Amino acid sequence: MEVPILKQGRFLIATIQAALSDADLVQLRRALIDKVIHFRSNGVIVDVTALDVMDSFATRTLRDITNVIRLRGAETVIVGIQPEVAFTMVQLGLTMEGVATALDLEEGLAHLQQRAARST
Amino acid sequence: MPVLQDILVGIRSDVDIVLARQQGRAMAASIGFSATDATLIATAISELARNIVTYARHGEVMMRGEETTHTKGIVIIARDSGPGIRNIHDVLRDGYSTSGGLGLGLPGVRRLMDEFVIESELQQGTTVTVKKWLK
Repeated sequence: MEVPILKQGRFLIATIQAALSDADLVQLRRALIDKVIHFRSNGVIVDVTALDVMDSFATRTLRDITNVIRLRGAETVIVGIQPEVAFTMVQLGLTMEGVATALDLEEGLAHLQQRAARST
Repeated sequence: MPVLQDILVGIRSDVDIVLARQQGRAMAASIGFSATDATLIATAISELARNIVTYARHGEVMMRGEETTHTKGIVIIARDSGPGIRNIHDVLRDGYSTSGGLGLGLPGVRRLMDEFVIESELQQGTTVTVKKWLK
């Protein structure tokens, strides 16, 4: 299941719509990084509201995406981590250190806009 | 509690990992686990099934309801006939990984569940049995 990626100005928004297999996550990583390069994006939002499980592989892949995109000078914000998912991640010992997170799409966009305003 | 059918999911690829955890979540919900516990259980299944794909290539995950006089719960058995684990103490340590992962798999699963038993024999395979009880 491919994750749609929407371009909005200099931001990209990837909205996960259903459970993802490992291969889907790897595909998302490749597609997002390609698009960040192609569009010279400076901000990316990954909306994980629909994910009911974030295990070690999903967490690692999202962290990889963030790190690669940061090396391109862009910021990634993960939005919509569900409360039960957040609780499970902490129990499991998974952290998102160095990764920006926000409650929802709206707050994620606000975060990116503030960052863009600071750098101009 | 209505008698729950045991569920057996064959694990051969990453798609089966998703299937196994969805089935596990559904079973956990029908046993009466909260949304949070169902998520813990689904995540534990995901980690166990991924270990099978990563280290043994294929195996199976069995899930069943269990009832005692005091409570009820879910039992998950992840079984493979892969290479086995040389040093079980190492794989139960946070941060240990031979696959380049985070090394949180098994110790993480142990934290998520109430009971955790691992049996492994070199060249024979590995069986991990975990249980979670309704509180």
